Amino acid sequence: MSLMSFFNRRSSAPVARERLQILLAHERGIVGGQPDLVAKLREEILAVVRRHVMVEHDNVQVKMNRDADISTLEIEVEIPAPVGAR
Amino acid sequence: MAKVLVVTSGKGGVGKTTSSAALGAALAHGGDKVVVIDFDVGLRNLDLVMGAERRVVFDLINVVQGDAKLSQALIRDKRLENLSLLPASQTRDKDALTEEGVAKVLNELREKFDWIICDSPAGIERGATMAMRHADVAVVVTNPEVSSVRDSDRIIGLLDSKTEKAEKGDRIEKHLLLTRYDPARAERGEMLKVDDVLEILSIPLIGIIPESEEVLKASNMGSPVTLNNPASAPGRAYFDAARRLKGETVEMTIPNDKKGLLGKLFGRRAA
Repeated sequence: MSLMSFFNRRSSAPVARERLQILLAHERGIVGGQPDLVAKLREEILAVVRRHVMVEHDNVQVKMNRDADISTLEIEVEIPAPVGAR
Repeated sequence: MAKVLVVTSGKGGVGKTTSSAALGAALAHGGDKVVVIDFDVGLRNLDLVMGAERRVVFDLINVVQGDAKLSQALIRDKRLENLSLLPASQTRDKDALTEEGVAKVLNELREKFDWIICDSPAGIERGATMAMRHADVAVVVTNPEVSSVRDSDRIIGLLDSKTEKAEKGDRIEKHLLLTRYDPARAERGEMLKVDDVLEILSIPLIGIIPESEEVLKASNMGSPVTLNNPASAPGRAYFDAARRLKGETVEMTIPNDKKGLLGKLFGRRAA
């Protein structure tokens, strides 16, 4: 180990602590008031979309990021053009 | 051709998830396309060890039950683009894993990846038997400790009887990965030696991972030890094991963490 990397070394336990606090807050439902709110939102939003348009699984992209302050849920649905539109 | 590799042990806490992540990352680092699947339904942890816990959207059971496409459930590693993770479900129970469902997922993965690493749960129940069921190769993770060796023997028996290969009359390729090994204690006669374990289990050795504080540091950071500190003793040992899995001949050594004077003086305080 070089001298530089020795002094630059960030201790790992605080990182572990923070990661666990964020993860468990989501799993216990402290964030959003119920266990894994983001996953539930995902299910219901997709169900609503499917009620109106036939969407193939392949044309839906879902991304989540659970964070301490904000979580993001990104749903991208490709809605096919009506037959004969082109 | 794609290989399905199960990382198994019987006993819990011997290093299956650590080894799955470290071997997966080492193989991916060498250019192979790798997916690591968590089979521990209800108690997933591979996502946490690999640092992807905030990004889990769908899981293995969603794919098995047709609620999600494989491409939607695979999480690509942020550090290595040819390394992916398929997480286990945290909320369903293990009975949701059907043999046909798992076989279908594995067949689809075989077309996209060079290595499919199945991280088995502890025990010998459904999750563990599903993880090993379709494997071509098994890595049996064992600590030099009596209960771990006994459980490994039991698992080797299951690999030879309950896997698809065994039932067809083929032999499944089995390798021993000895983890948390302390050469100094073994030398003093306080710990089973490598040869003791090999003699008892009589399967070939794929690697010896020395006991090291680097393993805990890596899991704290959410990074496989082969990525978090590739030059560390366990990092090098896992890289060697990965090369042996690929069929290379690599001399069997037990790497050690060399510490300079500063490291010796302050090593205990940092991290």
